[in-house]
Amino acid sequence: MVEVKNLTKVYGNIKAVDDISFSVDSGEILGFLGENGAGKSTTMNIITGYISSNSGSVLIDGYDIFKKPKAAKSKIGYLPEIPPLYIDMTVVKYLEFMFELKKVKLPKKEHIKEVMAAVKINDVKNRIIKNLSKGYRQRIGLAQALLGNPPVLILDEPTVGLDPKQIIEIRKLIRTLGKKHTVIFSSHVLSEVSAICDRIIVINNGKIVADAKTEELSNILESKGELLIEAKGSQSTISCVINNIDGVKKVTATKPNLYTIEHDINTDIRESVFNEMAKADCPILMMKKGGLSLEESFLKLTSDIKKEEKHESNN
Amino acid sequence: MKAIIKRELSSYFNSAIGYIVLAVFYFFSGIYFSFFCIYKNSSSLSPVFSNMLMIILFVVPIITMKSFAEEKRQKTDQALFTSPVNLFEIVMGKFLGAFILYLLCVSIFLVYTLVICFFTTPEWSVIFCTLLGTLIMGGALIAIDIFISAMTESQVIAAVVGIGAGLFIYMLDSIADLINVEFFANILRALSFNQNFLNFTYGILSLKNAVFFLSIIAVFLFLTIRVFEKKRLS
Repeated sequence: MVEVKNLTKVYGNIKAVDDISFSVDSGEILGFLGENGAGKSTTMNIITGYISSNSGSVLIDGYDIFKKPKAAKSKIGYLPEIPPLYIDMTVVKYLEFMFELKKVKLPKKEHIKEVMAAVKINDVKNRIIKNLSKGYRQRIGLAQALLGNPPVLILDEPTVGLDPKQIIEIRKLIRTLGKKHTVIFSSHVLSEVSAICDRIIVINNGKIVADAKTEELSNILESKGELLIEAKGSQSTISCVINNIDGVKKVTATKPNLYTIEHDINTDIRESVFNEMAKADCPILMMKKGGLSLEESFLKLTSDIKKEEKHESNN
Repeated sequence: MKAIIKRELSSYFNSAIGYIVLAVFYFFSGIYFSFFCIYKNSSSLSPVFSNMLMIILFVVPIITMKSFAEEKRQKTDQALFTSPVNLFEIVMGKFLGAFILYLLCVSIFLVYTLVICFFTTPEWSVIFCTLLGTLIMGGALIAIDIFISAMTESQVIAAVVGIGAGLFIYMLDSIADLINVEFFANILRALSFNQNFLNFTYGILSLKNAVFFLSIIAVFLFLTIRVFEKKRLS
C-alpha cells in the first residue's frame, strides 16, 4: 500500500532522513518510533507530499507522490504534528471546507456526521475551534484526516498533549481504524506504539535501526536466551536437574529459590524445565522469560548506534 | 478552488478585516466623491478614481497579507498542500477570494454613478473604462501582494512589504523623471502603474494597458506557484 524507497532528505549539512526504505501492507498498523528530532515528522511530510526528498521515491497504492501527486494524495489522510485547523471557523464549517477541498464524493452531511461520531466531537460541532481544548483540536485534526475514508492514514504523534483518558480513547480509535485503513503512526512513547501497532520501525538520526513485528523487537535484540524461575527445593538438586536439560548453558542462583538460566536463544527450554522439575519434585512457583523490555531494547538500540558513531569519529 | 474561495471570503468576514477594509474604502471614496463631484458640481468620476489609487495601494496589502503568511504560521498549509489539489487551484483560489473582496470595495462606484444619474447623464464610456481599469489594476496589485505573502510567515511583514512595493510602483514615473538615460527612464515609465492607469480614467480602453496589468497578474501568480513548487521539489 505504501512503499518507501531509499528516501534521503538533507537540510544544509544535516541528514534529516538517511536512506530510509520500508513498505506497509494494507490493513497494517505501523508504528514509527524515535526520539524527538529523529526524523519521524520529516519522513511523514515526505510521504504525504508536503515536502520533497533529495532522492528516493514514495509510492502510495502504486501512485508516485511526486509524479502523480493528485492521485496519491487522494489516498492519504494526514494528521500533522500540529493539527492544521483554521481556528476562526466552527468545527462543522471547518470539516465542510476540508470535505470540499479534498473533493470527497460521498454524501456530505452524512459523511461529516459519521466522522464526527467516530472521533466523538459531536458535542462541540458548532463551536469555534479557537475556543476548544488541545484534546478536541487533536480529534478535529483526526476527523479531518478521516474525511473521504482514505485507505492510508498517516498520523504524526496523535496523542501528544492529551490527558491519559483521551490518550486511551485515541489509541482505541486508532486500533479500530486499523481494521479498515493502513495506518502509519508515529510516537516517541514506546508503550503506546507496542500497544497499538503490529509492526514497529525504530528510527534514529534519520536511519532505520530496527524494523520488526512488535513482539519480535525485543527478541531481535537479545544476544542470549534468559529464563527466570522461582522453585522450591534444595539448590544443588535444582542446579543439577536444570544443567542436564538440552540447551542450557549456565544456571545461577540469584536469591534463595530464584534462579537465572542462560540458554541457547534458538531453543525454548520452558517445557523441559517444567517436566524435569516436576519429576524431581521441585515445584516451580514462577517462571518468566528474561531479556529486555521494549523500553530497554529501544534505549539499547539508540545508544549502541551513538556509541558506534562516536567510535567511528574517534578513529 | 471553489472551496478555497469560499473559505477566504468567510475568513474575511468572520474577522473584522473584511468590514474594516470595506469601511476604509467606502469612507475615503465618499470623501473624494463629495469633494470632486458634489462640492465641485462635476459629473466626472475620473478624479475620484485617480485619487483612490493611493488608498488602493494601502488597502490591497491589508486584504492579502493573511493569505499565505497566516496559513504558514498556523501550519494549515500542511492541509492545503497535502490535499489532492493543484498548486494552481490553491493560488488561484486565494487570488479570486481577495479579488472578490476588492470587487465589493470597488462596487461602491456604482452607487456614485447612480447618484450622478439623478442629475445628469454620466459619461458611460469613462465610467466603464475607469471601473475596468481599477479592477485589473487592483488585480495586479493583489497578485503582487499574494506573492509577497507567500514568501513570509508574518502578516505584518507581508503588509509592510506590500505597501512599500505598491508605493514604489506608484512612484516609478517620478523616479523616471530623475533618470537622465532615456532608455531606462522609458522602461520605468512603461512599468508605472500610474501611467498605465491614466488612459483608463480618460475613457480610453487601451489594449496595451490592459495587457500590461493582465500580464502582471499572470506573472506574479506564476511566481507564487513557483515559490511552493520549489519547496515541494527542491
